[in-house]
Amino acid sequence: MSTTPALVRAGLSLPRWWQARRRPAVLSTVAGLIAVAAVLPLIVITGQAARSGWEAARRLLGRPLVVTLLEHTLALTVTVTAATLVVGFTAAWLVERTDLPGRRVWTVLVAMPLAVPEFVHGYCWVSLFPQVRGFAGAALVMTSALYPLVFLPTAAVLRRSDAATEEVARNLGRGRWAVLWRVTLPQARPALAGGALLVALYLLGEYGAFAMLRYTTFATAIYTEYDTAFDTASASMLTLILVALAVVLVLLDVRVGRRGRVVREGTTARPAAPVRLGRGRIPALAVMTGIVGVTLGVPVFALGYWLVRGSSTTLPSASILGATATTIGYALAAAGVATAAAVPVALNTWRHPTRWAAAVERAAYLTRALPGIAVALALVFFAIRYTPAVYQRSPLLVAGYAILFFPLALTSVRASLTQVPHGVEEVARSLGIGPITVLVRVTLPLIAPGLGAAAAMVALTASTELTATLLLRPTGVNTLATQFWTYTSGLAWGAAAPYAAVMTALSIPAVLWLTRRTLGSPRTPKTLSRKGGLS
Amino acid sequence: MSGVLGRSGRWSAVAAGVSVAVVVLAGCGSGSDQSSGSGGPLAGQSITLYSGQHEQTVDALVKDFQQRTGVTVKVRSGDEAELANQILQEDAASPADVFLAENPPALTTLEERGLLAKVNASTLAEVPSGDSSPRGDWVGVSARSAVFVYNTGQLTAAQVPSSTKDLADPVWKGRLGIAPSETDFTPIVTRVIKSQGVAATTAWLQGLKANSKVYDSNEDLVAAVNRGEVAGGVIDHYYWYRVRDEQGASDMHSALGYFAPGDPGSLVDVSGAAVLASSKHQAAAQAFLAYLVSKSAQQIIASSESYEYPLLAGVTDTRLARPLSETGPVVPASDLGDGKQALQLMQSVGLL
Repeated sequence: MSTTPALVRAGLSLPRWWQARRRPAVLSTVAGLIAVAAVLPLIVITGQAARSGWEAARRLLGRPLVVTLLEHTLALTVTVTAATLVVGFTAAWLVERTDLPGRRVWTVLVAMPLAVPEFVHGYCWVSLFPQVRGFAGAALVMTSALYPLVFLPTAAVLRRSDAATEEVARNLGRGRWAVLWRVTLPQARPALAGGALLVALYLLGEYGAFAMLRYTTFATAIYTEYDTAFDTASASMLTLILVALAVVLVLLDVRVGRRGRVVREGTTARPAAPVRLGRGRIPALAVMTGIVGVTLGVPVFALGYWLVRGSSTTLPSASILGATATTIGYALAAAGVATAAAVPVALNTWRHPTRWAAAVERAAYLTRALPGIAVALALVFFAIRYTPAVYQRSPLLVAGYAILFFPLALTSVRASLTQVPHGVEEVARSLGIGPITVLVRVTLPLIAPGLGAAAAMVALTASTELTATLLLRPTGVNTLATQFWTYTSGLAWGAAAPYAAVMTALSIPAVLWLTRRTLGSPRTPKTLSRKGGLS
Repeated sequence: MSGVLGRSGRWSAVAAGVSVAVVVLAGCGSGSDQSSGSGGPLAGQSITLYSGQHEQTVDALVKDFQQRTGVTVKVRSGDEAELANQILQEDAASPADVFLAENPPALTTLEERGLLAKVNASTLAEVPSGDSSPRGDWVGVSARSAVFVYNTGQLTAAQVPSSTKDLADPVWKGRLGIAPSETDFTPIVTRVIKSQGVAATTAWLQGLKANSKVYDSNEDLVAAVNRGEVAGGVIDHYYWYRVRDEQGASDMHSALGYFAPGDPGSLVDVSGAAVLASSKHQAAAQAFLAYLVSKSAQQIIASSESYEYPLLAGVTDTRLARPLSETGPVVPASDLGDGKQALQLMQSVGLL
């Protein structure tokens, strides 16, 4: 106990009633402040929308295109979310619960599309298969790009959940499919719901990839108001409609994902004996090959093609190195900030699952549905007025990334907390350990894989972000994404390709690490022997 | 002004004081300051340029300007529209001193909000008056011409439509591409409204919409025409030249056609530059604008990869097939306005 911080010792000496009332207040205040920071863009956008006249609002919302765009957005959101659930769960079940050959390799390959930035996905498909367009094209490309968001948390839950429930179900005479449907699926439900929420929110606000695929969604209308009409007020008003849709999604997730908590009380989980695929092995392998071929093969092939083919291959190696270092620096900083901010918010809801705490946590998700340009311009507006010292400086860009990708970090941290048995903290505290020590020595180590996953997700996404980077970066600073954009907008695909390739290559270690950390290696000797049997 | 400041000698040590002095003197309205030769009176100052223009060309221009004047230029490159939005959000606190745009509407929008300072008269005098803002808030620097790019496997030069009106004809059904969300497209619609009125323009847009595949950008559109996905489309000339650079002349399956003189599609659109009213380095910012229309800058533009037409008399880009004088008139910015009416019309027919 000699390492106990002074603060904690001071806390311990305070009267009990004070501790009891005070500490939750501190945590929930911190969580509340972080949530406010996370929804800051939303506050600014609401303020700017208020400046739009009633007349302009009526004209914009009354036009025929808006209805079409809303239909497009909803159809795509529903389709892609459903598709990512199916693909993500199937892949997770196959690698975690069956005797599929080469499961470890598949696990990494299936997670790998995360390493390909979304706009590179779009660009690759379009440059190779111009016929991939419209609704079907957008659904295909977005499913390819986004299903790992469902796969990773689901695989993690399946790996850690206890085999006992499934065995009991089987012993009670349930068939393989019944077990899958009635036991395995419900166990994975919070993970599926969390992944689906991220996918759906992302789809609401996405613009770039759809633009490339010539599919218009509601976000297109918002970009038009900003970029062609220069009308901030109208753009903000349209953005609020997306927010309303996002609120519906978040509430839906509360209903679906909250039911049942996957908590192991007591003993360590025992991994399940893998389901024997038998003759199903061939189709299963075909499915996995298909998933990987489509989602990973196309981007890899297209990048290789342009690297070889483009004539503007004036490889400015110095600028690539500089941009790479800058990108890594910002991505890691953003990962650290976002993950650190996610801990108090997630912890607050976990310790005190009140309505208020849930609302605070859920509000933070709404930012994910905002188009990048809306978030970035709102931050420009705020920063130049209230924090001019950091305007167009690195801290603002890092803060921008942290706000944009906070929901990703929050999801990972939240998911890992659901695996921590309740009462662990209380037990530690009853042994006379101070709250901060409990946090550092007990709680955080238990959710360490979740923290790692959160940081990796944020770093991965931030390293490829473009819109906010262009608006918030310090003048003269280039990241890989901005350089890629510079060359593609100058039609120099050959010169652009190396930047996309480096971006992708850079993400590979993060994905590998993410796969390992999220899924972890189970600690029981039994599992170790299972792993041995695999390779 | 240059004489007064010129005598004081070493600048670097008193850079801060100097910039204050320059602002004060510039505020007195002491007229134009022609700065030329390195180590000029502005040396040691630093300005921030928001540039929506071709990045490599701007880098070449900035380098040359820095060598000549000793003024440091910090370049913030981005999408023209997003930079304009950024300036709108920043308002009076904008760190930008100069904004270099691609099309008049972005500049006109800032002009209408009162965010731009008047350009020095001597700078405006360098280019034809129709190439700059009628109110003198921004100066034309280079120009691009609207063209009809067509796939040579699907159309011959003789089949190139002579008027934008023809594009709404059902014979083009499924064969055209347009990029209506590009800032270059709005001016054409504005011109159609001007020549034919709102009702006829609405009908024309509906026909165009029925005939066309909609692309997100001119880059996508020109590439689609070149690979034969659509037979033709309206773009700015320089996209085609940039694609040719990238793919090599042997891989080009497209060529440029021009609309007949007087047609709304026969237009030349100006890329302009402006000094922000909120700039604290007015003199250096004005010097940069003066440089942009100088012979050396225009020659850099004439040989750059941006393939825009230089505007200064006597400087030509010989690589461009058709000289500026033959491609059509530069449309006065006052005719184009901020493009709101065209935009609303495109929105009402469902193109945007």
